[in-house]
Amino acid sequence: MAIFNLNINGKKQQVDVDPATPMLWVLRDHLNLVGTKYGCGIAQCGACTINLGDIAMRSCQLPVSQVGNQAVTTIEGLSDDGDHPLQQAWLEHDVPQCGYCQAGQIMNAAALLKANPHPSDEEIEAAMNGNICRCGTYIRIKAAIKTASAG
Amino acid sequence: MTIVKTTYGRRSFLKTSTLAGGGMVLGFSWLASCKPATAEEILSMPKEWFDINGFLKIGENGLVTIMSPNPEIGQNVKTSMPMIIAEELDIDWKNVLVEQAPLNTDIFTRQVAGGSQSIRQGWQGLRMAGATARKMLRQAAAEAWQVPLEEVTTEAGMLHHKNSGKSAGYGEMASAAANIPVPEEVELKDIKDFKIIGTSRKNVDGRKIVTGQPLFGLDYRRDGMLIAMIVHAPAFGMKLKSVDDSGARAMPGIKDVFTMNTYEEGYEMQWCDTAGFKEMVVVVGNSTWEVMNAKKSLKIEWESPADLESTAGHMTKMAEAGPSLAKVVRKDGDPEAAFKNAAQILERNYSAPFLAHNTMEPMNFFAHVTADKAELVGPIQTPESMEKSVAARLGLPLDKVDIQMTRQGGGFGRRLYGHFLVEAAVISRKMSAPVKLVYTREDDMTFGNYRPAYYVTYRAALDENKNLLAFHVRAGGIPESPIAANRFPAGAIDNYLAEEWAMESNISVGAFRAPRSNFIAGAEQAFLDELAETMGKDPIEFRLGLLERAKTNPVGDRNDYEAARYAGVLELVRDKSEWGKETPNVHRGVSAYFCHNSYVAQVMDLAIENGKPIVKKVHCAVDCGIVINPDAATNLAEGGIVDGIGHALYSAMTFKEGVPEQTNFDKYRLIRHSEAPKAIDVHFVKNEIDPTGLGEPLNPPIVGALANALYKATGTRFYEQPFLGSKQVLG
Repeated sequence: MAIFNLNINGKKQQVDVDPATPMLWVLRDHLNLVGTKYGCGIAQCGACTINLGDIAMRSCQLPVSQVGNQAVTTIEGLSDDGDHPLQQAWLEHDVPQCGYCQAGQIMNAAALLKANPHPSDEEIEAAMNGNICRCGTYIRIKAAIKTASAG
Repeated sequence: MTIVKTTYGRRSFLKTSTLAGGGMVLGFSWLASCKPATAEEILSMPKEWFDINGFLKIGENGLVTIMSPNPEIGQNVKTSMPMIIAEELDIDWKNVLVEQAPLNTDIFTRQVAGGSQSIRQGWQGLRMAGATARKMLRQAAAEAWQVPLEEVTTEAGMLHHKNSGKSAGYGEMASAAANIPVPEEVELKDIKDFKIIGTSRKNVDGRKIVTGQPLFGLDYRRDGMLIAMIVHAPAFGMKLKSVDDSGARAMPGIKDVFTMNTYEEGYEMQWCDTAGFKEMVVVVGNSTWEVMNAKKSLKIEWESPADLESTAGHMTKMAEAGPSLAKVVRKDGDPEAAFKNAAQILERNYSAPFLAHNTMEPMNFFAHVTADKAELVGPIQTPESMEKSVAARLGLPLDKVDIQMTRQGGGFGRRLYGHFLVEAAVISRKMSAPVKLVYTREDDMTFGNYRPAYYVTYRAALDENKNLLAFHVRAGGIPESPIAANRFPAGAIDNYLAEEWAMESNISVGAFRAPRSNFIAGAEQAFLDELAETMGKDPIEFRLGLLERAKTNPVGDRNDYEAARYAGVLELVRDKSEWGKETPNVHRGVSAYFCHNSYVAQVMDLAIENGKPIVKKVHCAVDCGIVINPDAATNLAEGGIVDGIGHALYSAMTFKEGVPEQTNFDKYRLIRHSEAPKAIDVHFVKNEIDPTGLGEPLNPPIVGALANALYKATGTRFYEQPFLGSKQVLG
């Protein structure tokens, strides 16, 4: 066990955990931030996507010991009041079916738009290909990203 | 106006509806404390709620809480079922809050997510619940104003009496209405007067979903809660021999390691107790990561029986077994003679492998079992059935088992089988603590109740002029047949023979979105396409010709579809897709199917780019009667189409000596963003028929449209799923 001082959603957080613990479980079990979802544990589905700085990361494969003081953003901290353009666009297009993968989809899309504010359809597909939606809401996800990027 | 007697579940309208556990509706749900997702224009929550009936309560300020009775697995019933109540209550949707109802079959009927039946079977009851409350409010107003009931009207949450000019909000009359005896009969609205049904309303949980609020079973937590995980045998059929848990016990955060039989000897298994593994090793600890690690350090020996199963030989086994095991399930005319006299026989075989459900939220459940009661919270499609299982397994009376439903990260049939509730309950009792049982993705994928493997042979007999003389279907699978012998084209062909067969397996299977139809529809529609081509006919006109026969002069009297509605969706998709129009490098396939009481026809526009199939567009016509929430229904239709395409192209669950060869999404291929159709146009047939299923009927036919479009694109017919298999490129 070791103590880690983390910078999560603009707040200092301290946890005392095994250094190998993935950020996914630090967030879910130790900080009660359960918006970040467990889907596969091997970085193949994208449900656990968070932003480390401006980069999308699979938190299931990111040990807490590698985070340091980098800014971590989770779905809970993406905006103050659910008013990030992507969150608004997600509501406008009524994207979710079961909804389980959507936090990861939004966090992945947020990093995409930081790097590329006006992505083409092909760029969206390429960037989002690591995020599985078992319900098949892909068309709406793409439409929502386009709406958010147009704003 | 329709007047209906309030005949169903009269107990549900007792004023202070007693709920499981003795509580009132108010505050029952653990989610109720969350910020309301809708009704944001209402500035304050009511000081008091008045129970009008078990389905709804009205606050003194006019805010209405509507209970959504059925499990929400992504089919959007949590929005659409309350919409039906709100319609008949005559309330402005923006003043409605929605709560997941508790399991209470005294009040709510059929609290199940399965068979695409929530809306269809809920329809009358939900309308009646809203209409009953509306009438009680009108009665309260009539008494207060001393005017005849007939003269009290409603409009969007307001009560009016025209002659006296009196008006009141529902909230003002709620207290009085709650004390009025339940009316013997109530008036339902005319369909033409609907204001909410048929208009698109956003998902009531949308805001919580996009802001990451706790909603799902895996998000649930309780003070003092422990995390439990299981280890089951690595192969179907293996038995536990010995466990060395010394390493695991010494690891940080670990509370206990033990072996467990989910169902003890003498336990009477219900259908929903289906489970591939019944003995397992359990690890319990403080946190998920600690328990995951401890699990890996267990040293377990398993015994192998002789009959471990491999899927490598399945298709050969099924191809050989079919003819010898088949039993006739329907026969019209004299098909044997027709085939004997045929000038030409077209015979084709189709097959599909096992599939894993792969809900994005793995199986999990919270349980807190004490000496005299059990409390369970989590994602389950069959809470009512599982309440019985948990009660039986724990030896508790039924009313001492309480199951609360969370939002579910997908169902697809996997959560019909709730062995994980029983496991969680047994673990909690053993630990004398609240416990959340969590499956890893690997546990989830390797402990499946898989979609069965299927195999079907179709034969058609033609005369020398290419006229269809006879049709023969022989379908089977491991371990069930997918046949629906009385569906189309039965009823449209004079000489018809349907046979079925099945083979045993120790691999555990279960219902998978659109059970049986998810295979047989695609096979049948691909065969009809090839048959039409052989006969030199347009595939849509060929089907319409058969349907015309079934409509005007049906063969036999057991046909379980309406030929006119079937033809209706085909005609609609023909027109909307501009069937017959040629586009360079775009190849079209058509398909239509009836299941779950709904009719669907689809045209797929497919291109091959860099050797990969690219679905440019899917045109889709659906007849599911009245559509409650059109945009959400469109979303569900899109999802069904993506689901069907994905599994048919890419997915398979295979086994070697009983061991699953896919354990996670690195080897199990699911459809991804770039592989989804670029566009899907969904057209609903407009009619006033009571609503039918939508969660399932969309994915079966698309497999046929895909197979037929692939043929047009490549010149090759695709008979074996997954169509791409190990192929990287086509063409």
